[in-house]
Amino acid sequence: MAKELWEGNQAFAEAAVRAGLKAFFGYPITPQTEALEYLSSRMPELGRTFLQAESELGAINMVYGAACAGVRVMTSTSSPGTSLMMEGLSYIAGTEVPVVLVDVMRAGPGLANIAPSQGDYNQVVHGGGHGDYHSIVMAPASIQETVDTVYGIFDTVEKYNAIGVVLIDGSIGQMMEAVEMPPMLELRKDYPDWAVRGGFGKDKRVLHSIHFEPLDKEKANFRLMRRWQEIEKNEVRFKEYLMDGAKLAVMGFGSAGRIALSAVRAARAEGLPVGLLRPISLSPFPHQAIRQVAEQVDNILVVEMNSGMMLEDVLKEAKGRTNVEFYGRMGGVIPFPDEILSEIKRILAEKTHSDMNPRDQWLKRMEGIA
Amino acid sequence: MPLKGTISVDENLCKACELCVEACPQHVIALENEKITSRGFHPAHLAQDGCTGCGICALVCPEAAITIYREKRAG
Amino acid sequence: MAVLDIRDMEIVYGHPKSLIDLNTHYCPGCSHGVAHRLIAEVIDEMELGDTTIGVASVGCSAFSYSYFNFDFVQAPHGRAPAMATGIKRVRPDRIVFTYQGDGDMLAIGTGEIVAAAGRGENITVIFINNANFGMTGGQMAPTTLPGMKTTSSQNGRDVEMMGYPLRACELLASQDGASYIARRSLHDPKNIRMAKKAIRLAFETQKRGLGFSMVELLSTCPTNWHLTPINATKWLEEKMLPYYPLGDMKVHPLISELKV
Repeated sequence: MAKELWEGNQAFAEAAVRAGLKAFFGYPITPQTEALEYLSSRMPELGRTFLQAESELGAINMVYGAACAGVRVMTSTSSPGTSLMMEGLSYIAGTEVPVVLVDVMRAGPGLANIAPSQGDYNQVVHGGGHGDYHSIVMAPASIQETVDTVYGIFDTVEKYNAIGVVLIDGSIGQMMEAVEMPPMLELRKDYPDWAVRGGFGKDKRVLHSIHFEPLDKEKANFRLMRRWQEIEKNEVRFKEYLMDGAKLAVMGFGSAGRIALSAVRAARAEGLPVGLLRPISLSPFPHQAIRQVAEQVDNILVVEMNSGMMLEDVLKEAKGRTNVEFYGRMGGVIPFPDEILSEIKRILAEKTHSDMNPRDQWLKRMEGIA
Repeated sequence: MPLKGTISVDENLCKACELCVEACPQHVIALENEKITSRGFHPAHLAQDGCTGCGICALVCPEAAITIYREKRAG
Repeated sequence: MAVLDIRDMEIVYGHPKSLIDLNTHYCPGCSHGVAHRLIAEVIDEMELGDTTIGVASVGCSAFSYSYFNFDFVQAPHGRAPAMATGIKRVRPDRIVFTYQGDGDMLAIGTGEIVAAAGRGENITVIFINNANFGMTGGQMAPTTLPGMKTTSSQNGRDVEMMGYPLRACELLASQDGASYIARRSLHDPKNIRMAKKAIRLAFETQKRGLGFSMVELLSTCPTNWHLTPINATKWLEEKMLPYYPLGDMKVHPLISELKV
């Protein structure tokens, strides 16, 4: 299929439609509103369900209902909306029904602004509402990658009865790139054998997240944990660039990873032994790959558009094995490749490295700047 | 002459709330004090003659514990 | 006492099929049981047992899915109308109803219920008003009466500090999307009969695709009111009826023509 120019938000919306999205419930919030607007006419055009809810609270619960009815359903939002959806996500996880959420991140905490950020890492990868569970979190870095991720994630969440979050930032949502759209899948006509549909007596089905007896709930919790182990085995995704002979590995996800790639290419052009590892699955996290890189290189530079959230997960694998440093911008500020290139050069030039926590080192270095 | 009726009370469901005792227009329902159900309640029962099968006890019962029987009309 | 042979008699009333004969966790004399029974009777009479999906909420009735004999889901506190919307929009030929208490619907859930009524969502809401948060031990609810003592208004609800109760039916009936809004009571046989008719009309509203329907049922909570079940019905009649008048707040013209 030929490539077309698509805006990020509209592209992921169309990708979901092509994947057989049956229902979309959402709410306006910058910078993802274009997805809602696009689907508000695209879904009815195809005879599918669209509704703008009264809030993100309403939206996630409509998604919960439709998921219980066994249909492919999605919502999209931005960071403050994701915070509102946490309760719903916990219930969805506890009920073990599949759901897709696209989070187009903006700055935080609070109302902040509408500029791009990666500050939802903790809330989505490590949090996600109360209780013992994990969501699958994918962080694409381009519109094509976002389209491919959204297109494929419906099968993934249905395979595991899990929550799938596609985590992008406002810049990916708002920009335009050439994209090859995947083929339109036919809508499924049947329903899963666990979905509620109207059944009486012995045929009755109930979907809920209540397990009144602690021992019963624990069994359910163990079931979720073991299913998570399966997901960890099968769903790790990452990309490595220019890692051959690299002595310094830059690590970043989403737009931060993409910008870092420009810096890494520039570094290589100057003959510096630098490579990039870009996690695509943040949850499950590519622990193994990070550890292998940590064993290969002398330095890791984690680059994020937040205060160092993925940094903590990298440190788990890399601390003690290699020097780990951090560079981050927050508040909706997007780093430029030359900022990252400066950091690369600084690290490579230093003969000894500080013992201080990488975040504290970064805060010290940023004193002149912010 | 009013039809004859009778009730049966599912003792597994009855919680002795006495709403049926109060509601019965014939005042023929009472709690059976000599009996205790497995849940510790004195179940309701028909204590006297005079039930007409009007169904008001079943109407007020929160447990749907009461079944109403009524004589079939002649002819 | 004369012993009557039930083999010569006909069953005039039996346990509804749509209700499982499970001993419930509800307190003795609690109106939840009556409400459940009426819903089950209506579902039986309309033969909707294999077409209905119930949405349980959070409160004493969180476990209502155990007592009805058909498909059910359970929603977060206050969100049942949104969950019901999600189900109804993707399965429009199913009958979808929520079962909510006064804390669930009028405290945390005001956003969802107003939006659903405003949208004219083709669902049915059964709203249990017993003037307190029952499940959590009897705290003040949006429906607690002025001067009424609860565990979080121990000297009686002081309207200066705690405001006035909300009247759900009047609030929602003012919206164009609302098609059948009625308030009934479960405190005595006559009113229970009228409540059943209203529940029937609400489900008929949905079945005919006429829009949003809700029946508010004034209910007793003997335990948290610290009254016997019988005295609780008397308290309801004396104290709640004046504040929450019974009646039909909104009736779609096609429903007012219906004889049930």
